Amino acid sequence: MNQPQAIRLKRLDYRILETCIHCGMCLPTCPTYMATKNENASPRGRIAMMKAVASGELSPGGHFADEMYHCLGCLACQTACPADVPYGFMLEEARADVEASRVLATPARSFTRRMLLSHVFPSRVLLRGLGTMLWLARRTGLQSLALRTGLVRLFSRRLDALAPLAPPITRPFTAMGYRTPGNPNGPNVALLAGCVQDIAFADVNRDSVTVLEKLGCRVSIPRGQQCCGSLHAHNGELETARRLARINLDAIDPLAFDAIITNAAGCGSHLRHYARLLRDDPDYRERAEAWDKRVQDLLAFASTFPRLPESRAPRGARQRLTYQDACHLVHGQKIHAAPRTLLKALKEYEWIELPDSTRCCGSAGIYNVTRPEQARALGNRKIGDIRTTGADVIAVANPGCMVQLRALSREHNLPVRVVHPVTLLAESWQ
Amino acid sequence: MLRDGPGGSESHAMIRPGTIQHLISLLGRDRVLDADEQLIAYGFDGTATLRETPGCVVFPETTAEVSAILRHAHAEGMPVVPRGSGTSLSGSAVPVPGCIVLCTARMERILEVDADNLQARVEPGVRTAALNEAARVHGLFYPPDPGSMNISTIGGNVSHNSGGLRGLKYGVTRDYVLGLHVVLADGRILKTGTACVKDSAGYRLKDLFIGAEGTLGVVTEILLKLSPIPRAVKTMLASYTSIRDAAATVSAIIAHPVIPCTLEFLDRTTLQCVEAFAGIGLPVDAEALLLMETDGHPAVVEEEADVMMAIAREHGATDVKAAGSPAEAEQLRTARRSAFSALARRAPTVILEDATVPRNRLAEMVAFIQETADRYRLQVGTFGHMGDGNLHPTFLTDERDRDEMARVHDAFRDIFEKAVSLGGTITGEHGVGLSKKDFLPLVVDDTGSDLHRVIKASLDPRGILNPGKIFG
Ligand SMILES: Cc1cc2nc3c(=O)[nH]c(=O)nc-3n(C[C@H](O)[C@H](O)[C@H](O)COP(=O)(O)OP(=O)(O)OC[C@H]3O[C@@H](n4cnc5c(N)ncnc54)[C@H](O)[C@@H]3O)c2cc1C
Ligand code: SF4
Ligand code: SF4
Repeated sequence: MNQPQAIRLKRLDYRILETCIHCGMCLPTCPTYMATKNENASPRGRIAMMKAVASGELSPGGHFADEMYHCLGCLACQTACPADVPYGFMLEEARADVEASRVLATPARSFTRRMLLSHVFPSRVLLRGLGTMLWLARRTGLQSLALRTGLVRLFSRRLDALAPLAPPITRPFTAMGYRTPGNPNGPNVALLAGCVQDIAFADVNRDSVTVLEKLGCRVSIPRGQQCCGSLHAHNGELETARRLARINLDAIDPLAFDAIITNAAGCGSHLRHYARLLRDDPDYRERAEAWDKRVQDLLAFASTFPRLPESRAPRGARQRLTYQDACHLVHGQKIHAAPRTLLKALKEYEWIELPDSTRCCGSAGIYNVTRPEQARALGNRKIGDIRTTGADVIAVANPGCMVQLRALSREHNLPVRVVHPVTLLAESWQ
Repeated sequence: MLRDGPGGSESHAMIRPGTIQHLISLLGRDRVLDADEQLIAYGFDGTATLRETPGCVVFPETTAEVSAILRHAHAEGMPVVPRGSGTSLSGSAVPVPGCIVLCTARMERILEVDADNLQARVEPGVRTAALNEAARVHGLFYPPDPGSMNISTIGGNVSHNSGGLRGLKYGVTRDYVLGLHVVLADGRILKTGTACVKDSAGYRLKDLFIGAEGTLGVVTEILLKLSPIPRAVKTMLASYTSIRDAAATVSAIIAHPVIPCTLEFLDRTTLQCVEAFAGIGLPVDAEALLLMETDGHPAVVEEEADVMMAIAREHGATDVKAAGSPAEAEQLRTARRSAFSALARRAPTVILEDATVPRNRLAEMVAFIQETADRYRLQVGTFGHMGDGNLHPTFLTDERDRDEMARVHDAFRDIFEKAVSLGGTITGEHGVGLSKKDFLPLVVDDTGSDLHRVIKASLDPRGILNPGKIFG
């Protein structure tokens, strides 16, 4: 029990950890439990270990650390839990303890994490740089020695596994400081451009603006905004996450907008909890509370409009459309109906439910980088499910999931268009 | 019942390194867990406040492996606690200190669904819901559906003789077990029962192991009856301003007589918690809700549903309505299944019991539960399989409050004594395990206790199988 004071889990309110009554109702929804049938890889097993760390019975060791990162952070258990256990929040604290205990620390891991989480994601320039290199690496079949140097070398052996997942770099759309006059009576909204989204899926941001404008909103993309910090919070780097949150709160005055819109599920589920993240920061707490109230997922926001734009008529046979629930939309933010309502209304498509659409695709933040085998197994199951629908198009509202599904469908020769729902709306709405 | 599990390293020291080595040689490294950190997740089941630390956890995959493990444990005098998914609510699956936890979760093959004979043969780690999915393909279903069915195992169901939401019409697990393979304490393998609907050859040995809570043998294969999926189902919800009215409705429906498949009850506290979780628009200002269901031939279902709704209205239901679609009916059932866990929204410790009374005494029993809670200054939420006379009074408490925990204990004693005085029993379906050991003498007389001991001693002479559970 080194430095007992430093253990974050110990500072959590007893009520939070004790909410779990170990009933096991969450187990059948947990991908890692169902794959292993080992309680150490189950939500209630992980919570039991967290409780043991909190009570001082256990100090965070190798098995504990390993299970905290074996967890996908998909939050399926949180949806299943009738007792309302805030698993995602507890996991963030537990991972922060793992990092502080340094049980997993190897020079390579520390360096990779530091580069990725402290330097790359918070920096658009570096993120673009890394993305370009990975993309080039794929194009050149990893032959070039030069590519094995610099940032890319961070991934050493993982590079081979990672390269196909590297998203192609799109031409940047996002004009920071962009403002449309829009309808002066319409809602005044700020769009968050995201980090990965803006580099790899700039067209999704462009389509988001289109959709918001078609809904009659005044849209701004305020300057100075940064990566939301979700990857940091989910990976035990709470300090960096707080720093990024403060930057965003400085850049965007929540009171100046009717809504702050995000189009990436993973970001949204984090962005709505800035107040919890900054609960010990008196300077920012209040602003963060106002912020949390205004942050909304684009699809949920759009579905609240009483009248939606007409969708265009099918040209020829209707395409079959299905939808994968991004974990941090359906489990993280409980948004299930809104995207379905919007997509089913598009006349161009025939709607098909995807079986087990709320099961994680394996992308899970940076999981497909850190645990490629498990991520792949989940991805393969997902591809199998998509195949049974015979869908031509699959919509999913998170950049990581889009990357995962695109890479795997290509690999499995499954001719399906993987697309963000907002792109379909932008195309179809007149 | 209300013990603080010390757990910890002292008890852990009981397992010998030689035992671990032997188990690893039998199963391979990855099917034996023995690091302190890894054992924490196996220290409990679904029961509040009970915790112990096992010596190791093993994951056999075949009957032969189970037999080899038990042979070794028997020779060494090592305690073994069988475990399925660990959702027991009586502490029956809580390890004894330093024991081998024998987890069947990886024995999860459905060996056969025999649609011609309406039967299925499964390994013990098959989830109850998984069996139902496999049966559905053949137009069949496996009726006993405990609230935990999505995760509970058939082995666990058999060992508790579990009931479910449809028990009223379809019965409990025992009514569906045709045959068993059981590994006895010394490693011998018993195959008992047949695929025949009728069988009067010798003692019904299989019945010994149903509800035995893993104290007499480890079940490794089960032959089960299936039923054809009924052609029609009608699901209804009735709201009441008094619990007594709900209880009176149940008694009246059964006395009518109509045998619906489901008559489930939620009181106000429970239904508010359930609604907070499920968000399906339950009437949160009602004092009590009855979830009613009838299934079978479409014409009969319509007729019975009308009778049930009329009886509910006659007995003071303020609102009675039928589910508009199968999806809505399923939402209602799912919400009901979440009742116990949803109550945890109100308090850090929820302790539920399982008192069961003849169905014409329900109103009296529910009233007594409420009075008892008031008398001991406790918060209670009650729900249950009212059609089976099976109530789950659940105390919402905090295990750190020793005074309150003592009152909970006393309240349960009063409730059990009352149930027994009404001709009922201390547990309808969750078993005795650890939490009801003290109360077993209320329902098992001296001769019965002697027989329990004789049977246990002859099947498990060294007392290695789930020792200290049920009695002793
Ligand atoms: C939310 C919730 C709802 C519930 N609803 C109901 C309900 O409606 N009706 C009901 O009856 N119960 C209910 N239960 C209780 C519990 O789920 C059942 O008792 C279930 O059958 C236990 O199955 P399991 O696989 O989890 O068994 P475990 O808890 O792992 O084990 C239970 C007992 O069986 C023994 N055992 C397990 N497998 C074997 C085997 N192969 N051979 C020999 N012994 C074995 C164990 O040693 C233990 O004594 C509920 C529990 C929860 C948490
Ligand atoms: S997390 Fe929720 S569902 Fe899972 S065991 Fe704990 S209380 Fe039950
Ligand atoms: S977040 Fe996902 S992987 Fe982690 S415990 Fe919950 S369900 Fe399992």
